Parts: sequence; structure tokens; C-alpha cells
Amino acid sequence: MGLLVKDKDIVVPGEDLAIGMDYLPSYGTFREGDGIVAAKLGLVSVEGRVIRLIPLSGKYLPKRDDTIIGRVVDVTFSGWRVDINSAYSAMLSLKDATSDFIARGSDLTRYFTFGDHIVTKIINVTSQNLVDLTMKGVGLRKLDEGRILAVNPYKVPRIIGKQGSMVGMVKDATNCRITVGQNGVVWVQGEPENELRAVAAIRKIESESHISGLTDRIKAFLEKGNSKE
Amino acid sequence: MMNRTRSHMLKFFEKGMRFDGRKLDEFREVSVEYGISKNAEGSARVKFGDTEVMAGIKMSVEKPYPDTPGEGNLMVGVELSPMSSPDFETGPPSSGAVELARVVDRGIRESKAMDTKQLCIEKGVKVWSTAIDIVTINADGNLIDASALAAFAALKEAKMPHYDADAGAVDYKKKTSKPLPLSKVPIAVTVYKVGNYCIVDPTSEEEDVADARLTVTSHGGKINALQKGGNYPLSIEDIEKMVSLSMKKAQELERYL
Repeated sequence: MGLLVKDKDIVVPGEDLAIGMDYLPSYGTFREGDGIVAAKLGLVSVEGRVIRLIPLSGKYLPKRDDTIIGRVVDVTFSGWRVDINSAYSAMLSLKDATSDFIARGSDLTRYFTFGDHIVTKIINVTSQNLVDLTMKGVGLRKLDEGRILAVNPYKVPRIIGKQGSMVGMVKDATNCRITVGQNGVVWVQGEPENELRAVAAIRKIESESHISGLTDRIKAFLEKGNSKE
Repeated sequence: MMNRTRSHMLKFFEKGMRFDGRKLDEFREVSVEYGISKNAEGSARVKFGDTEVMAGIKMSVEKPYPDTPGEGNLMVGVELSPMSSPDFETGPPSSGAVELARVVDRGIRESKAMDTKQLCIEKGVKVWSTAIDIVTINADGNLIDASALAAFAALKEAKMPHYDADAGAVDYKKKTSKPLPLSKVPIAVTVYKVGNYCIVDPTSEEEDVADARLTVTSHGGKINALQKGGNYPLSIEDIEKMVSLSMKKAQELERYL
């Protein structure tokens, strides 16, 4: 009876996590009969009676209020369809895109066109997983120049760090502009040498995020690069 | 996106750097692995960074083509597996797959690397037919060079199966120690032009923004085959520059075989 795994254990889909009604299934787990079973590969997190899974990998699932980076894949009569690095594509409608007056039938590619990357925010996700976006908010914009990186969406919290401490450190050390989307799309822009270091740092965070002492290692990594110049 | 990535990439090129930190004329990490298939007469896996292709050689006895009654047949097939890139679809071979196969084929054929006359069993009746099949495992740019290298690695490693003259059939269970009649190993190196810069071994990101490409298959400083691709023209100076770069890099690649 009770818990079958420890906190921070790595479990695989189908693994029994707990037996009995003393525990409650949360994200990444489900109840089967009396027990709680893992639905994903990830780390177990037990908070009181609630069992949650922190996935180690997987595709991004759109969530309301997430700030993400998307790519315009279609221009329609009423807005833009955006690839958000997920199984579902999103819709940016005219009224959420700009406050300009737009005459009927005008050319919408003036605002965003095929292949443009945009920093945008999810305003709603319906039960059918239709995703609506907006461009109204602080920092939401079209991206120009720079490069796009794809990272594991479940590592995004580690890349950003507490209150943006990790990405802030990378930005300060490399003088780069960096925007991290919750969907695992990262935009980096800077002077070539510095940008390469920023990208290397982000890759290092991504691959070593599960090993403790990450902040110190990244700090050392960035300082080593700085002294070389 | 194209233009945005491109202009940013050109800023890197200006400083002699690429998005992944390489120099303009630098290959990614190259690896060649032999004998990856039990059933093929010869096989190889080639990796250029994240790009990975496999090649296999299968020998069979067939009727020769009427115009070359005394020579063995050569066929190159490429499959761009849909698992290797989101851009590849199932179905009949795409134009990209056909071009890739033809470029590899031409490199082998026009260099006369294989003495196909030695592959004749009975003139006009029976000759060895060499089928080279190439499959992409992961496509992250520069499939041409990787495929050509894999094809030659597999050819180099291949051993003739036993031909049973009495039964008139090939006994695949009996492998001889006889290699294929290969006299040289030409190397294909594709040079891509982006703006005013020439690069080798592009990633897919770089391929997407490139203006033109020129594949040079060469051996010992001699050009065996050429293939031009991309939407923009090349000047004579461009071609001279690209050919000499390609030949220089070919020497480097040859060491991996």
C-alpha cells in the first residue's frame, strides 16, 4: 500500500507509482483501478498527497498565457496560421495582431508573411486544442535577424532559471539578445563570436540540466569564454 | 525567414564563421563505418555531423544492355526516407532523390573507377550487375557528398559472391575474397555559394539559404563529373574558385576511406 516510488525517481510509462486512494494523480499520471500509473517518461514529484510527473522530453503542449515563438505558415483572409512547434497549429486573428485599421481585402503579408518568426502569447486553448494567439502585450513582436534554436520544451524552465536568472546570466556574459519561448523555440542575436558562446551555453544548460550545480557550471563556462578574449 | 536567416548568416560568413562555429571550408565530424549489413556484398554508413546515410552493394547476374554487351551493369538508387527529414514524403522517388542518384552514378561511371569489362561473364548474355542502394537515415544537409562517400566506401569493401556456372546462378551463401574491379576512388565535394561566400558541407539550414551549388567529383586533381544546382547562375570565376576548393577538400575526405 502507499507510495511505490521515491521523490525524483525516474519512471517510464506504465510504471506503478502508488497503490491505494491515499495519493492523487496529477500531471503526467493517471489512475488505473486502485493505483496511480505513469503516462510519460519523467521525474516523480510528490507534493503532499499529489503525485506529479516532470517529463524529461516530449512535444510542447499549448497552455494559455504561455509566451512562445511561432512561425507563420499561412496567411488567410482573417489572420495568420502559426506553427508553434506543437502537434497543434495556432491562429493569430487580425484583431489580436494589430490595432491598425485594415481595409477589407488588403495585403496581410505587410504585417506578417510566410516564414516570419514572431514572439506571441497564447490567449486561449479550447478543449479541441484550437489555439488562439495575440500580439498585444509587452515584448510581443516580429523577430528580425538572429537565429532560431530548437530546444527540449521541458528544459525551458531551466534555461530561463528563477526569475530569468539563468538566461540573464547568459545575456550579460555574451551581450546577446535572447528570447526563450515556452514552446522550446529560442531566438538568439548578437555578434558572431558572442552568439556562438551563447548558443553553446544554452546547449550546455539543455544537456546538463538534470545534474546539480548547473548555475555554477554555466557561470564558469561563460567566464572561461570571457577571459579568452 | 529565408532572408532574415540569410542576412544573419552572411554576417557570420563575413567573419569567417558559421552558425555552428565551423570555418567556411570546414567539414563537420566525418565518420565511415564498414560492413554494416550482413546480406549486402558491401556496405557502409557515413556520418557528416548529424547527417547519416547508409549504402549497400548487391551483385546479381543479368543480361547486359544492348549497347554495352561486354560490360557489367551499374545501377544507383537513392531513397530519401521520410523518417530522415520532415521535408521528405513517401511515394515515388522525388526529383531530389533522382538527382542524388544520378550524381553518385555519374561520379562512378564517368571516372571509370570500376572496370566493368571485368564484370562480363559471357558477352551479350551474362554480366554482373552492381546495384548500389543508398538510404538516408538522417538528413541535415550535404546528402550528395555523404551519399557518394558511402557508395564508394561500400564499393571498396564489397566482395564478389560466388557464381555457379553449372547451375547458372549466384550462390550468395558463398562469398569469395575477390573485391570488385575498382581502380580508384573519386570523391564528390559539393561547394555551396551563399552571397559572395563559398562553403562546404552545409547543414540543412545553410542549404535552405544557398544560392547555388556545384558538385565536383574528382580524383587526383582530375575532374570526373560536375553537377550544378540551385536557382542562381555561377560566373566563370565562381566556378574556378569552387572547383579548386572542392578538389582541395576531396583530398581531405579521401583519408576517411
